[in-house]
Amino acid sequence: MSGDPVTDCDLERLAELLRALPPAPAGWVRAAQELPLRRAALDELVARAEADARFRAALLADLEAALAAEGHAPEPQALDELRRRLAGG
Amino acid sequence: MTSGREPPDAELVRRCRRGDADAWAALVERFSRYVYAIVVQGFRLRDEDAEDVFQDVFAKAYEGLPRLRDDGAVRPWLAQLTRRACIDRLRSARREETAGAELEPPELDETLAGLDEALAVRAALARLSPVCREILDRFFARDESYRTIGGELGLPPGTVASRISRCLERLREELAGRKSGAVASG
Repeated sequence: MSGDPVTDCDLERLAELLRALPPAPAGWVRAAQELPLRRAALDELVARAEADARFRAALLADLEAALAAEGHAPEPQALDELRRRLAGG
Repeated sequence: MTSGREPPDAELVRRCRRGDADAWAALVERFSRYVYAIVVQGFRLRDEDAEDVFQDVFAKAYEGLPRLRDDGAVRPWLAQLTRRACIDRLRSARREETAGAELEPPELDETLAGLDEALAVRAALARLSPVCREILDRFFARDESYRTIGGELGLPPGTVASRISRCLERLREELAGRKSGAVASG
């Protein structure tokens, strides 16, 4: 490869480089972008579970239903993370 | 696509660290294709594994951003996180203990070098007009036909073809301009 491959490239190579980065599936990108919101929602649930034994028991008994009841989509990433954090706590 | 005047990586990282959710969304948008390409082109992971790794990389990035030493080095850092996550995924699918290097495809370094170049081209693309950005992205990266693009943008297919050609030339000029600008200022 030359010292400055990108700026020296011809149109064919440029087209090839544009093709090299197709978009990731929109749902994957959205889920990653929503990570801070999901984290904040999970922080709140974990804090409540730590303060309220009945709530914690309900969460552990059926995570999906408990998340849905709180208005959160029971996505696999959220479930995995919540399970891990509750087990850790 | 993002706007023509984009903040540098380091600025986005600093804003993410301050808890700016919009900056995080922009960071994910900027690097999602890169991470995706490493996972599916570099390591050829299947869709289900690829999605898990993709989410895992961004989750680790979100957690690790406060500890990133060089805010401008987010791209190589993400590449490294992705590489490790792919190796972990491949290793967990095997029964025997396997060294990371053995799990990496032989042409991985070459693929990653190509993706770094492609990312530089996308950064130049972001500096073109919105029409050029959209038309080039749709045709090359999204593999849409002249007809589909024309239908979406309200242009005859022949016009789409000529604009692609013109915009590609502008992209090349943009990259060349960056180079000559760098030489002049350096």
